[in-house]
Amino acid sequence: MSAVNPGMDEIGEGSLARELIGGEPPAYVAARRRRGRPRMWRVVIFVLAAIFFIVPLAAAFKYSLQQDKGGYGFANYGEIIHNPTVRSPLVTSLEIAVISAAIVIVLMLPTVVWVRLKKPQATGFMELVTLLPIVIPPVVMAAGLEQFEVNAPPWTIKYVFDHPLTGLTPFYVVLAMPFTYRAIDTGVRAIDLHTLVDASRNLGASWPSTLARVVLPNVQTAVLGAMFLTVALCLGEVVIATLLLYNTFPVEMINLSKASQVGVSVALSMLTLAFTFLLLFLLSFLAQRRGSGRRVGVL
Amino acid sequence: MVVFLGIPLYVVIHGSLTTESNHFTWDNFKQTWDSAGYRLAFKNSLILSLWTSVVGAIFGTWLAAAVVAARPGGFLHRITQSASGVLAYFAGVPLAFAFIAALGQVGVVTTLLKHFGIDLYAHGFTISSMTGVGLCYIYFQVPLMVILITPALEGLRSEWQEAALNLGASKFGYLRHVAVPVLLPSFVGATLILFGNAFSAYATALALVGSTLTIVPAQIDNALNGNVLVGADRAGLTLGTEMIIVILIVMVGYWLVQRRARKWLR
Repeated sequence: MSAVNPGMDEIGEGSLARELIGGEPPAYVAARRRRGRPRMWRVVIFVLAAIFFIVPLAAAFKYSLQQDKGGYGFANYGEIIHNPTVRSPLVTSLEIAVISAAIVIVLMLPTVVWVRLKKPQATGFMELVTLLPIVIPPVVMAAGLEQFEVNAPPWTIKYVFDHPLTGLTPFYVVLAMPFTYRAIDTGVRAIDLHTLVDASRNLGASWPSTLARVVLPNVQTAVLGAMFLTVALCLGEVVIATLLLYNTFPVEMINLSKASQVGVSVALSMLTLAFTFLLLFLLSFLAQRRGSGRRVGVL
Repeated sequence: MVVFLGIPLYVVIHGSLTTESNHFTWDNFKQTWDSAGYRLAFKNSLILSLWTSVVGAIFGTWLAAAVVAARPGGFLHRITQSASGVLAYFAGVPLAFAFIAALGQVGVVTTLLKHFGIDLYAHGFTISSMTGVGLCYIYFQVPLMVILITPALEGLRSEWQEAALNLGASKFGYLRHVAVPVLLPSFVGATLILFGNAFSAYATALALVGSTLTIVPAQIDNALNGNVLVGADRAGLTLGTEMIIVILIVMVGYWLVQRRARKWLR
């Protein structure tokens, strides 16, 4: 997309140019003009993608509306609210999600700022390190943890592994890192960090105060994006939670489906999807409202 | 970070190199290589990851290019970005159910196609085959690719295209000599990430196929949950280490191409 004159091709810039020049337009004008209309290769992929991504979701949605007695209705969705065995893991998962998101911000924002300001040569290294959690298979991580727990000193069991909150949160923070680091890094790169920090420090602000009151408001959307991604991850991660025998929300979803309450399980997954999608979608509007000049992507 | 990632890694690698009585040994590796089942698992895993990552990368790039060509900040942009963020994480049991509801024996699509006289299942397709599982993988591979490749595509400056065209290049010539060489490192890098992603995913496959599934992560799960012989713990840890080795190779490749990619995308 042309960054020079966004939106211009919508109003048939090509034909205008041709009238002005007279005669055959040069090749670059022709290229511009063609970009205005949706072209074949774009239409094809959008249709393919729409079919491929929407059909399974629609099928699942239809399934979640089916009722035991036949016919369609929202019984499965009602079940979610009334059933306490669904509610308590949901609360646990939400707690994990909120705490993880908070830790992510407290840890990642200073790190990113520090790397950008003081150690720019470490950028490549940071990118490599933050990719590790994507590629180290969660099942391997869980396997290691399970073995560790067998021989672990008792105090770690008591204070860390006994409760899903303390047992899972640190690992989810690490797992979310590849995405959160990138999101925050994109945001920080888009602002004039040096000037802002210098100004704030010169005016006598301490480092924590600079971070919280100068940097944070400027990268608000990026930080929100990182938080939402963390929440999405916490609401969806099953591998570690199952292997370590914690009962979180996604695990409960699987249990439900095994206990022949498939409908409720599918309904739950639909709700989660819709919830996360809405979060990200709303965020994109926020990003645009604030984003003057350079756009700040969620990822 | 070092602690929470390091301890599990250390335990896995240490466990794979020692016997029950804590002596150093390579036997665990030899045993997993001699077992036909584990070899098959590795072969299946590699094939599955390879084709889903390549297909996912191609369609992901195509989709991302189509989105980037649209008006920035437009509706299409938003929908695709948010949807990619959500769907890249959409895996495991819910995804498996969605696909069973669509393409299972009595799924919506299967039934619909039957009306038109196309019987998917008569041609040997099942949702629990490797093809079916791969199709599910594509479902989260494509969004991930969109997320990974979009910054690179946005880094393609329109000035470059204008310059090329002004200098007399054809549209195809621009793609061939400018766009593809600039994008190739990012593309290969992102494909490697997809490969790693598919290689370590298994919850979806497990839900579709059940415990008979022979791919490596599922075998680790099996070994650790004690569904097989005694002493399988070691086998599980060893498989884990072998996975780490494969992933390590992928990462080195990623790092190498990433260095080239960064040259242009400042």
